[in-house]
Amino acid sequence: MTDTHYDRAPGDASALPDVEQNRSSGLLVYTIGLALAMVLTAMSFWVANTSLLWVGGVSLGLTVLAIAQMGVHLVFFLHVTTGPDNTNNVMALAFGVLIVTLVVVGSLLIMADLNDSMMPAAELMNLQMQH
Amino acid sequence: MSTMAVDERIYRESRPDAYEVAVVEKRVVVGYGFWIFLLSDIVMFSAFFAAYAALAHATAGGSSGVQLFNQRSVAIETGCLLASSYTCGLMSLAVTSRRYALTYLTALMTFVLGAAFLALELREFAGMIAIGAGPQRSAFLSAFFTLVGCHGLHVAAGLVWLAVMMSQVAIKGLYHPTVERRLLCFSLFWHALDIVWVWLFTVVYLKGILS
Repeated sequence: MTDTHYDRAPGDASALPDVEQNRSSGLLVYTIGLALAMVLTAMSFWVANTSLLWVGGVSLGLTVLAIAQMGVHLVFFLHVTTGPDNTNNVMALAFGVLIVTLVVVGSLLIMADLNDSMMPAAELMNLQMQH
Repeated sequence: MSTMAVDERIYRESRPDAYEVAVVEKRVVVGYGFWIFLLSDIVMFSAFFAAYAALAHATAGGSSGVQLFNQRSVAIETGCLLASSYTCGLMSLAVTSRRYALTYLTALMTFVLGAAFLALELREFAGMIAIGAGPQRSAFLSAFFTLVGCHGLHVAAGLVWLAVMMSQVAIKGLYHPTVERRLLCFSLFWHALDIVWVWLFTVVYLKGILS
């Protein structure tokens, strides 16, 4: 059966004719990914130790760098693309990201709200989550 | 060639959806199933991350991240895991081109780097427990050991899996479709663990030394 399959396994490089890849270009993709990830990791460690940024900026910078590095890993190591042969994988990934965001942001909002509502009396300080 | 492609499309479009499902390669189905598992695994990690973030300041008078975390060791761990993710990618290429020697070599490098990561992490844990900062000390440390330990457990499981896969390559060979599919799943697992580690070193270690 000479079927042209329209789906590709997650992690596989695209086999569509217009983006045909051979071994050397596969190696190149992984190497570019490694280089970018190393640069982003080094930047993360630099941002955490620098005094050039204002306090809020450090936390924000670290988050942005982590998101960027996650993107690098997804694109260069897991070969996630916007190609039509990859739609199912991307949809599943998008759903996963949605759930993760809901869990993390939701939990943090609720816990922060709980902490705010607690009585700030001195004898209650030890029971509080944050002090 | 192009007329064949057009014929193919018309042929496919004239068939019911059940046919489409039937012709999907097993590699794609297995890979997709494992992808779903990985995403649910990451959802589990997100719950541990949320717990950690909520409890990060609940040190109960004990040591905080600033005193406990050693940036140097974290940087080396990060380097080990990133390099092992890279060699795991090279292993996928070697498997695809059916090169046995290269497959074993890259698998060995992946294993050694992963084991180095795990050894560093265990040393860090042992050091923390030795100075009385074990998981029972405070809510912060409970959350820390659960989150980081869970990732470490995944890495340990991955190392066992990799060793088993190499024995399967030795016995069944790289042309065996089952072995090929399992190696695809392993590389997905290993890359996903590295993505979890990116968030771990950012949220736990780097943000931990800020406060």
